Amino acid sequence: MFKWFGLVNFVPYTKVDGFAEHLRDGRIMGSRCRGCGAVTFPPRSDCSACLDGNFEFIEYSGRGTLHTYTRIEAAPTGFENHAPYIVGVVDLEEGGRALAWFGDTVREEDVEIDMDLQLVPRMSEEEEAIRVYYSLERPGTQWVKTPGSA
Amino acid sequence: MERRVGIIGIGHGVFGRRSDATVQELAFEAFREAILDAGLRSGDVDASVIGAVPEYHKQRSLAGVVQEYLGLLPRPTWLTEAACASGSAAIRSGWLAIRAGVHDVVAVIGCQKMTELDTSEILALMGRVGEVQWESGFGTTFPAYYAMFARRHMHEFGTTKDQLAAVAVKNHHYGALNPYALFRKEITVEKARHSDPVATPFNVYDCCANADGAACVILASEERARELSASPVWLSGMGCATASMSVLRRASLVGLPSAVAAAAEAYDMAGVDAADIKVAEVHDCFTIAEILAYEDLGFCPRGEGGPFVAEGRTYIGGDLPVNVDGGLKAKGHPIGATGVSMTYEIVKQLRGAAEDRQVPNADVGLTHNVGGIGQYCFVQILTRD
Repeated sequence: MFKWFGLVNFVPYTKVDGFAEHLRDGRIMGSRCRGCGAVTFPPRSDCSACLDGNFEFIEYSGRGTLHTYTRIEAAPTGFENHAPYIVGVVDLEEGGRALAWFGDTVREEDVEIDMDLQLVPRMSEEEEAIRVYYSLERPGTQWVKTPGSA
Repeated sequence: MERRVGIIGIGHGVFGRRSDATVQELAFEAFREAILDAGLRSGDVDASVIGAVPEYHKQRSLAGVVQEYLGLLPRPTWLTEAACASGSAAIRSGWLAIRAGVHDVVAVIGCQKMTELDTSEILALMGRVGEVQWESGFGTTFPAYYAMFARRHMHEFGTTKDQLAAVAVKNHHYGALNPYALFRKEITVEKARHSDPVATPFNVYDCCANADGAACVILASEERARELSASPVWLSGMGCATASMSVLRRASLVGLPSAVAAAAEAYDMAGVDAADIKVAEVHDCFTIAEILAYEDLGFCPRGEGGPFVAEGRTYIGGDLPVNVDGGLKAKGHPIGATGVSMTYEIVKQLRGAAEDRQVPNADVGLTHNVGGIGQYCFVQILTRD
């Protein structure tokens, strides 16, 4: 159900669509190639190193450090009501990177490159349709299940 | 023996909000000027290549429509797309066709009408500039990506907002002298620093503006170029490389690996290095992008691009004049036209015809045209006899 992923979703169908169900259940998953063992985040089904098309999900800790960030003032369609918002790119402990919004546990004035962060699963509480994403939070922040997220 | 390819004609229309013209009419302006400059007639052209990004135009499948309007039927035409580097992709495609011996004279036209879309359509497109599966769902924008490069560059090398602003100040200085430029007014660091915020650390003056416009170059095989032109300019080095669309898969966010690779290929093919370049056109879609370009192209060491511009070393009279036509920043950025506009300017400089913007002794020039945040990069080295 990859159509759940993102505050706006542009790509509902993918071979890694199980990612969104895992995220709903509080797990952030990368992928491991069954052929050569290459680990990737974001996950991908097809290995560009050995060309194997078989993969398995592996759970990530979500721990990482901030690589760079920006505060977006001029927002595109679908995000007008959210602006301004800060997006960051985080280097994940197990390898790979994620791009996400900062959550409420980090104050804007405290945001700095190389700070430790935790990538935390999130479910939108405002929309009727399921929306899952993740946010950048203070280390140790736990995922809090919201009603209806089973 | 590989065939050399020369440029024998150049044309350029006014960049800006061109509510007076369709995209094929814009293309015609540049084409007519280039054909007349080359001393040719339309019938002398074997084929055309159109550089444009399709999603901005209401007209679908643009190449055929432009070909018809230019009066080039029934000769072949095709479209090349490489985001903001579509113009240089078109030149490369024409160069390949001549090198392969398929065509002898090719018109390359970069054209784009970006103001056909209304604000809501632009904002929707803006939301899909990144990698749409993992990034766009967080509301990323084009300025935001380069802003993140800027933030990282500032962190690693101490680059400052005043140094970013120095790029804008320089390019507006030269834009004021370019009759084809969208913005023809000088600005100050102070004004740039106090313009509206877009995506930190960028303000409005860190960003180039969408525009409408077209530019054209006529390419010819060496044999035809020598017959037709007293002073052809040669495409002596042609580098091209790609990098991941996603910032999540880049080893480093303080440079564009595609630009480094494309530059190495172009320098090698032309048998020159950065020290030989007398004038350059680089892709300053955002102020940081020009600083990254200096470093990726070897104009200065990695991390020293900020002081390099702030010390005035890329003005005429400095070590290596860059974007002395105003760059994307002051000319405006009709994305399909931009790469061809860069080549136009270097040909003009190498001919010694750039008037009050002329760089002295310009005999070797370079263009650097980037698609997206470096998904594509094309580097050309141009020389004269």
